[in-house]
Amino acid sequence: MSCWETIADYALRSIGIGERLLPREGFTLCQQVTLIGSGLIWNIYFGTLALLSGFVLATAVAMGKAADNPLIRKPSEWFIFVFRGSPLFIQFFFAYFAFLSLKQVFPVFQPLTSAWAGALLVLFLNTAAYSGEIFYGALQSIPRGDLEAADAYGFSGWTKFRKITWPTMLRLAWPAYTNEAIFLFHATTLVFFSGFPAWQQRGDALYYASYFADKTFNPFVPYPILAGYFILLTLGLIGLFGVANRRLNRHLPAQSRQGLRVRPVLMR
Amino acid sequence: MFSFCTDPATLDTAAWLACYLTTGKHMSIYVSVGTVLMLLAITAPLALAFGFGGAVAARARFWPLRALGRLYIAIVRGVPDIAFFLFFVIALDQFFEWLRHQVKCPDWAEPIRQGNDFVVCAAAKLPLGNAPQWVHETYGFSLAVLTFAIVFGAFAANVLFGAMRAVPRAQLETAEAYGFSRRQCFCRILVPQMWVYALPGLSNLWMVLIKATPLLFLLGIEDIVYWARELGGAKTARFTDYPHPDWRMWYFLALLVFYLIFTRLSEIVLARIMARLTHGQATLAGEAQRKAA
Repeated sequence: MSCWETIADYALRSIGIGERLLPREGFTLCQQVTLIGSGLIWNIYFGTLALLSGFVLATAVAMGKAADNPLIRKPSEWFIFVFRGSPLFIQFFFAYFAFLSLKQVFPVFQPLTSAWAGALLVLFLNTAAYSGEIFYGALQSIPRGDLEAADAYGFSGWTKFRKITWPTMLRLAWPAYTNEAIFLFHATTLVFFSGFPAWQQRGDALYYASYFADKTFNPFVPYPILAGYFILLTLGLIGLFGVANRRLNRHLPAQSRQGLRVRPVLMR
Repeated sequence: MFSFCTDPATLDTAAWLACYLTTGKHMSIYVSVGTVLMLLAITAPLALAFGFGGAVAARARFWPLRALGRLYIAIVRGVPDIAFFLFFVIALDQFFEWLRHQVKCPDWAEPIRQGNDFVVCAAAKLPLGNAPQWVHETYGFSLAVLTFAIVFGAFAANVLFGAMRAVPRAQLETAEAYGFSRRQCFCRILVPQMWVYALPGLSNLWMVLIKATPLLFLLGIEDIVYWARELGGAKTARFTDYPHPDWRMWYFLALLVFYLIFTRLSEIVLARIMARLTHGQATLAGEAQRKAA
């Protein structure tokens, strides 16, 4: 079997297109590269959707934590505390078993017991909490002069937020937010190791990598392949966020514009 | 455990719970909390040592060592940490067995990798096939500790590398002007001064380390996650005196609360240490402290 045939059979295996049966023996390098790459589709799915939806909630949570009204502030603070203070791994487990119990009473929760929806929900809430804290920090460090200037020009309410507060907050938060995005993509590898079942062995990249490592008892091939894919993914993310960073800073004079230096602030 | 626990079926809720939570199996989950704490207590200094080594290597003048140090720091950043956990546990195990194999059975003719099998001679097995159970458990735990130390050592190396660069250049130049050798500069000026700069990063790392402890479960250790799944599953009256439906959700809720309390306490303690270290320092926080007093 040539490598092209393997790619045709297995490239979309993780989303259920192509050959059903996984290879059982005589694993070739081509099979490992193809299947692990196929699993990466799930990592990108979880990461992208959680990041996009989490961004909206994170802005809301950050505004909530900065609010004066304790009825809004307290829930936001607790939300951030609960999701940042506990391990994501335990959150996955808890959510899975909670959905499982809820399903018995309300059949509506049926889809949430599968990874594509349930794990996505957990990742969405988790990244919203982490990014919310980052945005809150940025919100606190907006230069007061900017806001006073906005007041002087007659901005108020929604326009002031839309034109001044929000873009400045994003600009200040962007390097830390890039880091959060990278760690979110790394965290997606936990999904299929934390209760959520991989239906018909359709798992993510790490799921297939550990499948090969278990079968061949040789960790030195699949894990470096996985590492290679993730390094490419990380570089791609840094590139994308760099483009966004340039756009956010486009009004600044060229000298004071800072390139995006990704600082290794660990988060999870 | 208690004297009234002889017939659990007749007890009311509070007494039943008191009996249920003190069964022999539940003692195992309390012991495994100790395992987690022990892992933290051993891993934290070990990871710091690995990190220090990595940071020193990344600053070395000898370029292959420098490249190795930088590679060590960079690669862990780009790859998910659980991939490393899964990788190192098997890789380290095979590496140790291979080393022992080379020493103990030099005249072994067959290859070590036969198809999908990893074969070493019986004397090189780790732990030995006839070793008691506790040796197997200890070996597994030490592999896990070493894995954690390697991964978190890379993170710590990153923090310490940054902290060493943050020490004001003038301090080192003064030392050089006084005729300190490179080694003396390092030991007497650089290392004592870098900790203030490293502390925010290291305390962040400590929080990450706490939150990484449930991953012990993936390394095949019988830790709290293992016991929570085990004890929480539905039990019928045929096999136990304490039948109950699927309670795994509540067990994981308890774990969630445990970790929340643990991280919160750490946060408070670390904030105190930071306050003490900034006392009298010529930094913004130190200045704020002085004004408040």
